[in-house]
Amino acid sequence: MKRTIEAVWRIESVRLIAGIAHLTRDVGLAEDLAQEALVAALEQWPESGVPENPGAWLMATAKHRGVDRLRRAEVHQRKTEELGRDAELRSRVDDDLAAAVDDPFDDDLLRLIFTACHPVLSTDARVALTLRLLCGLTTREIAPAYLTTESAVAQRIVRAKRTLSATCVPFAVPEHRELHERLASVLEVIYLIFNEGYSASAGERPIRPELMEEALRLGRILAELLPREAEVHGLVALMELQASRTRARSSPSGDQVLLLGPGPLALGLAPRGARAGGA
Amino acid sequence: MRVMVLIKATEQSEAGEMPSQELLEQMTDFNEDLVRAGVMLAGDGLHPSSKGVRVEFSGRERKVIDGPFAETKELLAGYWLWQVKSLDEAIEWTKRIPNPTGEHGVVEIRPVFEADDFGEEFTPELREREAQLRAQAETSA
Repeated sequence: MKRTIEAVWRIESVRLIAGIAHLTRDVGLAEDLAQEALVAALEQWPESGVPENPGAWLMATAKHRGVDRLRRAEVHQRKTEELGRDAELRSRVDDDLAAAVDDPFDDDLLRLIFTACHPVLSTDARVALTLRLLCGLTTREIAPAYLTTESAVAQRIVRAKRTLSATCVPFAVPEHRELHERLASVLEVIYLIFNEGYSASAGERPIRPELMEEALRLGRILAELLPREAEVHGLVALMELQASRTRARSSPSGDQVLLLGPGPLALGLAPRGARAGGA
Repeated sequence: MRVMVLIKATEQSEAGEMPSQELLEQMTDFNEDLVRAGVMLAGDGLHPSSKGVRVEFSGRERKVIDGPFAETKELLAGYWLWQVKSLDEAIEWTKRIPNPTGEHGVVEIRPVFEADDFGEEFTPELREREAQLRAQAETSA
């Protein structure tokens, strides 16, 4: 059950955080509320079973926690009502996931990506926050990428969220004029993650395919969200190319092997990443 | 990791019955979800086995046999190639495949061999050659 919940979380967490951030306008708070929803799921689903619409369940739970928090913080009554009204609107939408606005979700996801990669944060902070919010990696999974401890990563993430709050970074997609520059910041983060997996400058294994795969996944998601940005497609193509070449770089014993000239007959395996674009 | 997700054939798919409008719409939505999640690598429907052919290998012999083939349960109607973090994630996605008619169906998930899985037999030279092939395919794709 725990593995099932983790798998569901992997599928739902980014959408969840993006959706909550839409309401809270605060990415740090959004993640906290999402985590609370996850804890609730871990507590309740083993008994009740995984709900038929886990995304909606998690969202509703996170919103309840959000409203609770606002009440406890004794924020102005009006804000609570606003959130409540928004929450109602949202839950009506969640109820019919087929109608559930892919557009607002796409917008929220873009907002989340641009916020996590905001240039006000240091590069390390952006990478850590991206791995956390957009890839759903735990601090334990992130730490080896930096050859540092879990608590150091956790602190870095906390500080990053605080910086975003303190500098009042809006939860928004940048204006057209700024878009290219801000996009460059996002692409840099994705490529850094990929590169960490590709060469794994630190750590035991020379190559960490999981990080490469996360970067590829992020690249694909971004290409889908911003299909007219050539640089995104270029980055994805570059990563796919390098990822496919990476298979020659480790010998069976895990040592790095230099690419040599043409070798014996190949096994004729199918190319990776052949996207038929079917359906 | 990558997985191949194989939709097993049914009598309807083998009869060449077109999917309902409802199923087509739901399947399109589902595929869009997969693309948006960065999971989808490839996917297609397959024509019924009546349009297919088998090639049997025996020593140096090659025998070509026209479809249709009998064991519907073992035939395929479609496939996907997904990139997922774990088999569990693949299972969760698979559970979401639309099935509006509620009919019985089987979907099989098979992890794809990655180069590291081949172990000692897959020498550095073979790996490198394979990588070159893939790189060529990427640039010509």
